[in-house]
Amino acid sequence: MSELENKVDEYRRRFLGKSAALAATLTLAPGVILNSIASTRATNEAVSSNVRWGFLIDTNKCAAGCNECVKACNEENGLTGFDRPETDAQWIRKVTLRNKQTKHSLSLPMMCQHCEHPPCVDVCPTGASFKRADGIVLVDKHICIGCRYCMMACPYKARSFVHETLTDQVPEVPRGKGTVESCTFCVHRVDRGDIPACAEACAKTDGGAAILFGDLNDPDSTIAKRVANEPSTQVRADFRLNPGVRYQGI
Amino acid sequence: MNRTIRYREIPGNSRGYYIFLAFLGLLIAAGLGAAFHMEHEGHHVTGMTNQIVWGIPHVFAVFLIVAASGALNVASISSVFNKKLYKPLAPLSGLLAIALLIGGLCVLLLDLGRPDRLIVAMTYYNFKSIFAWNIFLYTGFIAIVAVYLWMLLERRFNRFAKPVGLLAFIWRLMLTTGTGSIFGFLVARQAYDAAIMAPTFIVMSFSFGLAIFNLILIGTYHGTQRALGNTIVERLRKLQGLFVAATLFFIAIYHLTNLYATEHHGIEHFLLDGDNVYTGLFWLGFILIGSILPLTVCFFSGFKQSKAWLAIASVMVIAGGFSQMYIIIIGGQAFPLELFPGYDVSSRFFDGVIASYSPSVYEIGLGLGGTAFAIAIVMVGVKILRFLPLSLENALIDPNHADNIEHKNSVAKAVLK
Repeated sequence: MSELENKVDEYRRRFLGKSAALAATLTLAPGVILNSIASTRATNEAVSSNVRWGFLIDTNKCAAGCNECVKACNEENGLTGFDRPETDAQWIRKVTLRNKQTKHSLSLPMMCQHCEHPPCVDVCPTGASFKRADGIVLVDKHICIGCRYCMMACPYKARSFVHETLTDQVPEVPRGKGTVESCTFCVHRVDRGDIPACAEACAKTDGGAAILFGDLNDPDSTIAKRVANEPSTQVRADFRLNPGVRYQGI
Repeated sequence: MNRTIRYREIPGNSRGYYIFLAFLGLLIAAGLGAAFHMEHEGHHVTGMTNQIVWGIPHVFAVFLIVAASGALNVASISSVFNKKLYKPLAPLSGLLAIALLIGGLCVLLLDLGRPDRLIVAMTYYNFKSIFAWNIFLYTGFIAIVAVYLWMLLERRFNRFAKPVGLLAFIWRLMLTTGTGSIFGFLVARQAYDAAIMAPTFIVMSFSFGLAIFNLILIGTYHGTQRALGNTIVERLRKLQGLFVAATLFFIAIYHLTNLYATEHHGIEHFLLDGDNVYTGLFWLGFILIGSILPLTVCFFSGFKQSKAWLAIASVMVIAGGFSQMYIIIIGGQAFPLELFPGYDVSSRFFDGVIASYSPSVYEIGLGLGGTAFAIAIVMVGVKILRFLPLSLENALIDPNHADNIEHKNSVAKAVLK
């Protein structure tokens, strides 16, 4: 075999090797890159206080007659009503505000404000009301005794008590008769990298996304950039509970 | 003459006794049935909603719990403050305190969304919660008062009655402070969020607890035809008057403080001058029936030494106290939360509107059942243990009674001779 033939083989080997490496990179890279974009943590990894989930709600974009966020929430979490408005569960509601002096009116969605210092968690005798490290306030349905003290303590009227036997529950959102519940920020969706159902539904409306969801602690997130550069406020900020939900235009 | 107080069980074998017990049993059964129905169907069968989350069961429960610590007053006055006149009444006072607390707790427990999780409430604690403290305050109260009763009833341990009585007295003050703070610590509700809630609950407990004690005392002595002298009746009448006046003072200060602050004018207008049941309950229930009329009975000499009038005053105090508790618990929730100061708010979830509440028969049944259970404990207690003195006639209990002074004089004369 001549020396020339040996070199051609070597070139061929190198070419094939590099091609294979390129092909492998092209195959795997999008998955790796997209995965790192879509999810901040693996599913088996504990939530961290490096993250603070929150909403920024632009009331200028929230149409008075629109109820899409409420509908989406009810559907996502299986909140079927019993046609008894006083006892039916309501995790998110549209509130109409009218300034007493100027008569200016506006509409906004209200839900659990996911406070940094939640009064519901303070008063809960068993610790069933708790705040996750990433700021999401939840109720552990297994140790809630249904005393409703959290409902007395919540300044935002955000909680509902399950007044009847439930059927056909959504598997991802377990609920229970005789326990208290409220907006979970769609924790089951957030944990798999999606945004809450209300925010998703709101983005599809004609007015555009009035509800922006994101990590307030991540300086590169849209929500963090917007709250840093635009005015926004918290409901009853005087209570100093530091809610994770902020509003614009009120 | 023999001036020792002798305690005896009541015979408890009369037809009237059994009829009364059967009546209480019926109420207890109705209460249990109501609780079962509420738990089985869910709370939508009650008048309670997502707006009024605590209803009439809580009015009964808090009233009974507050009255429980107040019922212990008579014992405290004798053991802690050394007033001999009240000493014969101390055992009944302790028994009634335990009974009322158990009755109140039963109502509270059976109204929970998940009463089957009592074991969870006993094993999971969040010590930042006043409710969690109260679980210890309540169970501790029952234990301490039980030991206190033991010291009182067991002659060998009588000398320990004073220190244990002091502990029970301090504990009862903490207990009512805890109960008042359930409301006092709620920052967001206009009617609550006031430090005065805790002392107000303490004076209310003095008044309501004594009123129930008076009725039980007069009732059992009437039923067993034992002598109840007018000396003790007179003391209780004056004491009741004092407690009614103190309660009126604290409630007045609460409202006056709120009336001074513009931000609270809404809730004050709602409670004191509204077109609603709470305004009626306040002026007619608490002020007229619960305060002015009993004060008249307790301090005017025309009603002196009358058991019947003391009983009537006590019933009025209980009615007025119950009205006041209804105003605090239900009225405080009915007034809307102020989410957006400066705005009128409305929603499909009853934002900005006064919440309506009409108690269901089940809730009232549960409340009455708990009350009946408390009274039944006392009725059975006095039959099986020696809680009640055979006689409370003047000569026996009052060291300054004419007979006793005569007796002392004759002894003195005999010694001088």
